[in-house]
Amino acid sequence: MLDIRDLRATVGDQEILKGISLSVQQGEIHAIMGPNGSGKSTLAQVLAGHPAYTVTGGSVTYDGEDLLELDPEVRAQKGVFLAFQYPVEIPGVSNAYFLRAAYNAMRKAKGEPEVDPLEFLDLVERKMALVDMDPAMLNRSVNTGFSGGEKKRNEILQMAVLEPRLAVLDETDSGLDIDALRIVAQGVNALRRPDNATIVVTHYQRLLNYIVPDVVHVLANGRIVRSGGKELALQLEERGYEWLTDGAEVAA
Amino acid sequence: MSSSIETLVNREYAYGFVTDIDTDTIPRGLNEDVVRLISAKKKEPAFLLEWRLKAYRRWLTMKEPHWSNVQYPPIDYQDLSYYSAPRAAKTLASLDEVDPELRRTYEKLGISLNEQKIMNGVAVDAIFDSVSVGTTMKKELASLGIIFCSFGEAVHSHPELVEQYLGTVVPYSDNFFAALNSAVFSDGSFCYVPKGVRCPMELSTYFRINAANTGQFERTLIIADEGAYVSYLEGCTAPKRDENQLHAAVVELVALDNAQIKYSTVQNWYAGDSEGNGGIYNFVTKRGKCEGVNSKISWTQVETGSAITWKYPSVILKGDNSVGEFYSVAVVNNHQQADTGTKMIHMGKNTRSTIVSKGISAGHGNNSYRGRVQVLPKATGARNYTQCDSMLVGNQCGAHTFPYIEVGNNTATLEHEASTSKIGEDQIFYCKQRGLSAEDAVSMIVSGFCKDVFQQLPMEFALEAQQLLGITLEGSVG
Repeated sequence: MLDIRDLRATVGDQEILKGISLSVQQGEIHAIMGPNGSGKSTLAQVLAGHPAYTVTGGSVTYDGEDLLELDPEVRAQKGVFLAFQYPVEIPGVSNAYFLRAAYNAMRKAKGEPEVDPLEFLDLVERKMALVDMDPAMLNRSVNTGFSGGEKKRNEILQMAVLEPRLAVLDETDSGLDIDALRIVAQGVNALRRPDNATIVVTHYQRLLNYIVPDVVHVLANGRIVRSGGKELALQLEERGYEWLTDGAEVAA
Repeated sequence: MSSSIETLVNREYAYGFVTDIDTDTIPRGLNEDVVRLISAKKKEPAFLLEWRLKAYRRWLTMKEPHWSNVQYPPIDYQDLSYYSAPRAAKTLASLDEVDPELRRTYEKLGISLNEQKIMNGVAVDAIFDSVSVGTTMKKELASLGIIFCSFGEAVHSHPELVEQYLGTVVPYSDNFFAALNSAVFSDGSFCYVPKGVRCPMELSTYFRINAANTGQFERTLIIADEGAYVSYLEGCTAPKRDENQLHAAVVELVALDNAQIKYSTVQNWYAGDSEGNGGIYNFVTKRGKCEGVNSKISWTQVETGSAITWKYPSVILKGDNSVGEFYSVAVVNNHQQADTGTKMIHMGKNTRSTIVSKGISAGHGNNSYRGRVQVLPKATGARNYTQCDSMLVGNQCGAHTFPYIEVGNNTATLEHEASTSKIGEDQIFYCKQRGLSAEDAVSMIVSGFCKDVFQQLPMEFALEAQQLLGITLEGSVG
């Protein structure tokens, strides 16, 4: 479903991704872990097409298509979803309106009819239950004045509404207390289907207590230094990143 | 700033076309004979000619004001023609008789003078250049005693009302452009709502500048008698022109005891090309007077057009407990300049005013908010709340705020809030990541920014604003 080959990317003059290769099959959950500055978030942003990053080499194939050739909105319409580490505020635009606009943009791209506000309200209220969100949040401006936890839950709500084929969660666990973490994880698990896939970018192992990955990758200094099963995450929890990253330097 | 945003705000003016209609235009230049000729063409009573002449003589002694934050080449007032009317000798019995070319102009603008609009409950007094050509739903309004007609018609049918109220809010001596307007005004709208009557529909007028080099001098007078209510909509588009066109309108509103007037404007006159050539000069004097106790006057404006906008819809709060409101969205792009705002003059006790101004600057546009809140010594317990927000798109534009506050009574309460923000690349990317185009993203962000003002527009007009701004409105409004 997703095939990343020797991906290199820069921001400004600095090379952040130095040749990343990984392959995600449908139905799988992959975790990408690594110390700060290893390039985890950059990878997430590059997959979504953030204009601040320049791809300097390699390829990304998504459902047989060259993902890097597509505009960010087209990637989204084709089912690539990024849960932002820092969700953006849009004052004056209600959450409900934003969600419906996004939902309808996706439907339009697929040639399906748009849904009216009432129909949409039914749908969104069902989805809100998944992340235990107060319906009053629908009438507040997008992320404006939301607490850190509310913002992250809002990201998962958007994911629940848009039902992506490939979801990339960029440090969704950061800044969450344990209850919020559990709720967010429940949402992600509930959305898991045999025909979609999730990439969970995280700094800490604790999220993986709730979202069980099929594959864990450790990123250090712009490269994947180790891939393994879920037990790799537990090893990292015990031993930290150093034993792997040191090896990476040697290998380099 | 990304090129996508720049492209979006630099779209060509979609309403730039010229209607080929035989017009009755008098030669360029201005003198007393021209003033007399205009009055004679309109068969005006003596009092009005006298008033025009006094205004003209006063105008001769005045100088064009240059205190605003706008720049333009000198205007040669002798090089303009001061009257232009479509040739229509006979009175029209129905809209079918309106010149088909004219009808097509309205169609192109999406303005309906037809059954559809009537069924939607909107009475239309359409102004083409200077003379009214069609008025609908007059009968229903007449049954309530509401007078809604062209200014010229009111001069003949209700001269006593015109004489009683004309110039009582904006005297001919008020300012240079108001004096000029008073001397040469061609036509406009007139509305009188009698005691205790609530006007059951939104009244609307569409202005359109058409004949080349014709200064436009509309005059509008709206009177809400004791306990009356009226909501009035003014919408403007104009054809594309190379030469600058002067527009100096005067709007006067009078609200007596317990009366309410809501005046909404969407203005989209030709703003000039992307280099700043051409476009309308819009020097307007709009003012309302809350004459009676508990009266209320509310201005809402969405200003997207004109090369230069110089406009300060104001309220004189004379009656005790009266309320003045000003909600404004002003958008400038390319080389547009806007110096706009309001004046709230508190005279009566416990008078209240609210000012919400949203300025959006793009391209090389320059947007200034200029407001004056004045509390006179007798205005015990006066209150004002002012909020001025500016949004910048790109790095070449400017936003300025000039708030003036004069307080002569120490029981007054005044609040002023201001903010400046920028449409961020991150906001656009966030929207795109949710499948929205850059265009929809900008629309959404801008409409969110303007929400407080759009909410004040009547539903009907909110849609118009949406089209003219090219933005998608909040579900709550649209």
